Amino acid sequence: MQQAEVDMQTRDMKSKEDKSMENNKKGHVEKYVQIDSNRTKRRILLNVLAERLFSLSTLFALIVLGILLYRVGEQGIGWINLHFLTGRLSINPDKAGIYGAIIGTVGLMVIVIPVTLGLGVATAIYLEEYATKGKIQAFIKVNISNLASVPSVIFGLLGLTVFGRLLNLGSSILAGGLTLSLLVLPIVVVSSQEAIKAVPGFLKEASYGMGADKWTTIRKVVLPVALPGILTGAILAISRAIGETAPLVVLGIPTLILKVPTSLMDDFTALPIQIYYWTLDTVLTPEYANLAAATIIVLLVVLFLLNALAIFIRNKYQRSY
Amino acid sequence: MNAENENKLREIVYDVKGLNLWYGEDQALKDINMKIYQNEVTAIIGPSGCGKSTFIKTLNRMIENIPSVRTSGEILYHGENIFDKAVRVEELRTRVGMVFQKPNPFPKSIYENVVYGPKIHGIKDKRLLMEITENSLKSAALWDEVKDRLNDNAYGLSGGQQQRLCIARCLAVQPDVILMDEPTSALDPIATAKIEELIDRLKADYSISIVTHSMQQAGRISDKTAFFLMGELIEYSDTVTIFSNPLDKRTEDYITGRFG
Amino acid sequence: MFFFITASVSVITTMGIIFTLVADAYKFFLEVPLSEFFSTKLSPLSADPSFGILPLINGTLFTTLIAMLVAVPIGLTAAMYLSEFATERTRRILKPMMELLAGIPTIVYGFFAYSFVTPILMKVIPSLEPKNVLSPGIVMGIMIIPMVASLSEDAMNSVPSAMREGAYGLGATKLEVTFKVVVPAAISGIMASFVLAISRAIGETMIVAIASGSSKNFTFDITHSMQTMTAYIVEFTSGDAASGTTGYYSLYAVGLLLFAFTMIMNLIAQHISHKYKEEY
Repeated sequence: MQQAEVDMQTRDMKSKEDKSMENNKKGHVEKYVQIDSNRTKRRILLNVLAERLFSLSTLFALIVLGILLYRVGEQGIGWINLHFLTGRLSINPDKAGIYGAIIGTVGLMVIVIPVTLGLGVATAIYLEEYATKGKIQAFIKVNISNLASVPSVIFGLLGLTVFGRLLNLGSSILAGGLTLSLLVLPIVVVSSQEAIKAVPGFLKEASYGMGADKWTTIRKVVLPVALPGILTGAILAISRAIGETAPLVVLGIPTLILKVPTSLMDDFTALPIQIYYWTLDTVLTPEYANLAAATIIVLLVVLFLLNALAIFIRNKYQRSY
Repeated sequence: MNAENENKLREIVYDVKGLNLWYGEDQALKDINMKIYQNEVTAIIGPSGCGKSTFIKTLNRMIENIPSVRTSGEILYHGENIFDKAVRVEELRTRVGMVFQKPNPFPKSIYENVVYGPKIHGIKDKRLLMEITENSLKSAALWDEVKDRLNDNAYGLSGGQQQRLCIARCLAVQPDVILMDEPTSALDPIATAKIEELIDRLKADYSISIVTHSMQQAGRISDKTAFFLMGELIEYSDTVTIFSNPLDKRTEDYITGRFG
Repeated sequence: MFFFITASVSVITTMGIIFTLVADAYKFFLEVPLSEFFSTKLSPLSADPSFGILPLINGTLFTTLIAMLVAVPIGLTAAMYLSEFATERTRRILKPMMELLAGIPTIVYGFFAYSFVTPILMKVIPSLEPKNVLSPGIVMGIMIIPMVASLSEDAMNSVPSAMREGAYGLGATKLEVTFKVVVPAAISGIMASFVLAISRAIGETMIVAIASGSSKNFTFDITHSMQTMTAYIVEFTSGDAASGTTGYYSLYAVGLLLFAFTMIMNLIAQHISHKYKEEY
């Protein structure tokens, strides 16, 4: 306080000298920033125009989404009936059904869900709870984020070589499911990691405080609290897997499979593959385009339901601490 | 110095009349009436949450960046109501500069920071821009420290230098009012002293309103002081009077450190 | 220990990818000289097969370029709108809707490109072939818009609002604040989003496999069919490339190159966002 007063006095003296200097200088500096109301109007107009244009950009994507849904819906909805959903594949468009493709997709999920959940959650637990912060952990994390951006068609080549040829699974549901599992694994790992990270420290400390060991704490405290987050991530991963086409095509799934698969070792077709082949063949049989559109509707409905489920889980179990 | 001011009738810059302000349903300013004069430093003090920051941000309508804000009443700036439809905030803010709580230079070079304002107001002449830079930095007492590195990133400067750069940036558009919202709260004592010294010098050319949480600071630098409490202007008069002979009991309590 | 093993699955997967690609690509390069590989003649199934990759790189470059021409301006301006102009409420509605677009399987976009966008474009450009590069390029761009918009918006959102206030306090309009303060401050995140978008476009498969056809000609005419690296892999595996032939191994050579391209893009993106992080 005293120091400040001394400062103040010396400053007063100094500032008086400076002021006379400043005043002199002020005389020379002319007013260069002029307020030009026309210019301001132009700037404001430009701002308004930009806002309109930018909002159109945002809407553009949504409009395209709308057109896409409308277009596909209009073309395919008339073809969806009980026979289409429960009938077998046929070369004749009027008789063709996607029962086999539905079963194929379900079969894929029978593999993908347990494999990704098991591996993904375990990896996340390791990274968040066990791994010491260090090079190995950093390496695995970088590796996972890189893996997430490897093109899916490359996973197809991996699946073809390892599952298809090396393990001799051919183009079976098992081979396809395992390939897709590896593809979506990073999604589950990252979302589980985030869910586990979000578990508040005091809950864990409370558990340790009561003498629980690490594994018990993870099992009884961390996982139950993180479960909604984990499930949300898992559902998103599953919806990604359901729509994936390229890796399955690369596995070499035959174009026309009339038989409905009965075991995981059978060859199969799946919804996206069916869309692909029908679209390719529209040159020969134009009605196939309608079948493809109808199949897209089925696929999108499934994805929509899954997403709605994810949102439901997130909202219902969102906790606040 | 204060005695000298009392006798002079200075030009009124701001005439605030019956100003009310709400954040959604919460009223943050209640019937504020206050005149701010040219070439004076007006300090606005009060405990946190009293509305002093809100008030100063209303003077250049920065407060409107918060979506739920509503106001009533008038703020006459040189006789013109700033809430009038004809008033463009872009122009108002050109004439009313602002310095913020934390130094907030742009992540650009020192030079680019200073010429940002002049450039958006259409000045393109390189020579003039350089001149503006030099003058503004000199007025902000920063020129000697940075003249050899005008192209370095502003984030290489110390906190105090950054704040003086922000003042220079503000001076570069030649405002006639400078609003300062706790400009030294993030700075160390030495940097604070420099800014205070600068404020004292700048009032020769500008009207300065400064929000501060430090009563010592208000005492050191201001000509007039306004004491805000819970959204109300409790007392407003010469700094000397406020600190030596406050009229209101609450002002006295605050100044003597009984609360806040 | 159990958890360590599961965590290493991802690492093993990466190594598996690299190993399978390199091993079979190696077999390919034993038979095909590099001079042939980097030529413009691609005819894997002819009696005297030739494996020049340049037509595929060319096709990939063109589709990626067109996609970026669509995705960058629209995605970036959408990000500006969401981050700087829109009210919080609008943002909360629009952003998830936009991300919905990213959740649609690419096969659906492929169908859309081939059966909807191409016929429309053919009316405007009569010389357009049913399979061409333009249409899938545009649709791929639309598909990537949410990615660019979302990542750029994140970058712009993380610019401290104090910085914006500084500019508003000088009398800047929103547009001026956006272009002269927010974008420069968020430039690393924005650039990273572009690079990731390129990586995504390079690796995109089904749209091009359906809509850009399988022409192996080396051409610069975007109204014609061109094949991308990804589409080549799909065409060849779903056809009947017998294991052990040079054609079969060529898949891995192309795959290796594709992998390298996308990896490089990802590393660039990571480098950009690490290098310029926390400038403010």
